[in-house]
Amino acid sequence: MKNKMNKTTKNNFITYGIVILLFAVVQTLSSTGNLSRLLTGLLVPLCVYTIAAVSLNLVVGFSGELSLGHAGFMCVGAYSSALFSHMTADALPSVPRFILAILVGAVVAGVFGVLIGIPVLRLRGDYLAIVTLAFGEIIKNLINILYVGVDENGIHVATTSAGFKLAAGGKKILKGALGISGTSALYKDIKENFFLIGVILVLITLFIVQNLVNSRSGRAIMSTRDNRIAAESIGINVTKYKLLAFTVSAALAGVAGVLYSHNLSMLKVSVFDYNMSILILVYVVLGGIGNLRGSMIAAIILYALPELLRGFANYRMLIYAVVLIVMMLFNWAPAARNWRSRMVEKFKGGKMNKEAA
Amino acid sequence: MSFISYLKDGISLGSIYAIIALGYTMVYGIAKMLNFAHGDVIMVGAFVILTAITKGGMSPVLAVLISIVFCTVLGIVIEKVAYRPLRKASSNLAVLITAIGVSYLLQNLALLIFGADAKSFVTVIDVPSLSLFGGALVIKGITIVTIVVSVIIMAALTFFVRKTKPGRAMQAVSEDRDAAQLMGVNVNATISLTFAIGSGLAAIAGLLLCSAYPTLTPYTGAMPGIKAFVAAVFGGIGSIPGAMVGGILLGVIEIFGKAYISSQVADAIVFAVLIIVLLVKPTGLFGKNIQEKV
Repeated sequence: MKNKMNKTTKNNFITYGIVILLFAVVQTLSSTGNLSRLLTGLLVPLCVYTIAAVSLNLVVGFSGELSLGHAGFMCVGAYSSALFSHMTADALPSVPRFILAILVGAVVAGVFGVLIGIPVLRLRGDYLAIVTLAFGEIIKNLINILYVGVDENGIHVATTSAGFKLAAGGKKILKGALGISGTSALYKDIKENFFLIGVILVLITLFIVQNLVNSRSGRAIMSTRDNRIAAESIGINVTKYKLLAFTVSAALAGVAGVLYSHNLSMLKVSVFDYNMSILILVYVVLGGIGNLRGSMIAAIILYALPELLRGFANYRMLIYAVVLIVMMLFNWAPAARNWRSRMVEKFKGGKMNKEAA
Repeated sequence: MSFISYLKDGISLGSIYAIIALGYTMVYGIAKMLNFAHGDVIMVGAFVILTAITKGGMSPVLAVLISIVFCTVLGIVIEKVAYRPLRKASSNLAVLITAIGVSYLLQNLALLIFGADAKSFVTVIDVPSLSLFGGALVIKGITIVTIVVSVIIMAALTFFVRKTKPGRAMQAVSEDRDAAQLMGVNVNATISLTFAIGSGLAAIAGLLLCSAYPTLTPYTGAMPGIKAFVAAVFGGIGSIPGAMVGGILLGVIEIFGKAYISSQVADAIVFAVLIIVLLVKPTGLFGKNIQEKV
């Protein structure tokens, strides 16, 4: 028993170690001036997508439900926290304000997770997938027509630009399709440290997900994935545990959204479309369903790949698509898997024969 | 009168969705996979027609035929190269992600060949408008053609699946793949045929879509593809009449939403209706109820 515990703990610490090691390498490179501006700009988005991929893996990998609406939760987190930051810009210093903004983003996204999860989790398989996609698109569409501003009379919300009137001196924050501008400027003093904050958030995300997965609740979640009926028959409340995984995943996606929106000077809702959800799903599947370390590494490599291929100009997305297809075939096709295990046997062949003898 | 006018626009748009949804639903029913690249085949079909007419100087009829053949072959090749190796993979997600990869591939190939700027589509269908009630209601030629074509396709497809031997083979494969194989049905050939028909329909959908909304970019197929997918789920994925009804309802809801509520939230309304339908009837309007066995 003790050994088993140690193995899990060790595994968790290896994952944290990888994150910290990567962070140290990047910091060394950047302090010695070996990091190009392009790469420096990629660091925070890398953290965003890592958090998103790890949190999506909780739903796809451990609870076994296909969600195509992850970007919707990121969107909710991004907008709620950006609104919060703008409204409290004069009232709070930047560090506590940012911590609160993260909490606001996580809580609002988590609440949406519960609200959407209750109806959605009644459905199964591909139907569930299409409904999450639908919710993502609805959220995007609704924020697109939302106008929010503050003036001396309080907060004003409108759905048309014509109906959006503020008293003199009022501040328009969210301007419909134009989005929210100037969020990153509110955090000038800590902007330099966003990568560090991002890495800490990645570690917190990993901590939450790994501990949840290895807990009693986590095992219950996995049992509902492996066999819903068997899980029900031994008294596991399937809906409760599926909802738990869905909500935690949504809240963490909200955190990714917070980091995303605060790193940008212009936040537009159009980026949170189903393509973004699909992109995150690609990281999860390619990194290995149910493998957190895999999602993290896949997110880093696959996010950086198109950017690093910029030298190939127009061909880069083409290369990306081909790499994606080839990797999927190589990883999942039964024929390719057999070929791989034959290759492995060849290398280990001599050793195995001796053991057999 | 404006109500009837919106209704006719809705049915016209819905007919296009229905044709695309037929491709989705047939592939799903038989191969049990969501072919995310289906929408992009529409775009490819439209580009083939455009190129054949403007660069090749061909007659519209010939161009359309070439486009159908091209998309049919493309569908078979995609299935053979990208999807078939994964058919027995341990996770359904693998083939879904590969389909997304194929979708990216088609979009970016089109981007390289034709560029990102929108092309205006040529007039292929030249049918005069129909004026009713002394000019109070004008029905465009393309609207009439779209509705007629989709009804013909629907009837032909239903006949094919119900009455012909390959069609019955499709039904058998969709019911139980292993049992069908034991009964001597060539499963690989049947799945190839399904992709061929679905992709051929996509070429026709491309023609109708770009004739009704005459701009063409490498991303033209993506959103109608998603909407048609929603339509297929709406009607009960795997069901041919379901795809037809789902497509038309979706088109009508979208146009009414745009006309009477707000053009910006029309998509949100479409998706909201989908969610409500699925919550009331979790397998769609015409979907089969699958009993779970322990």
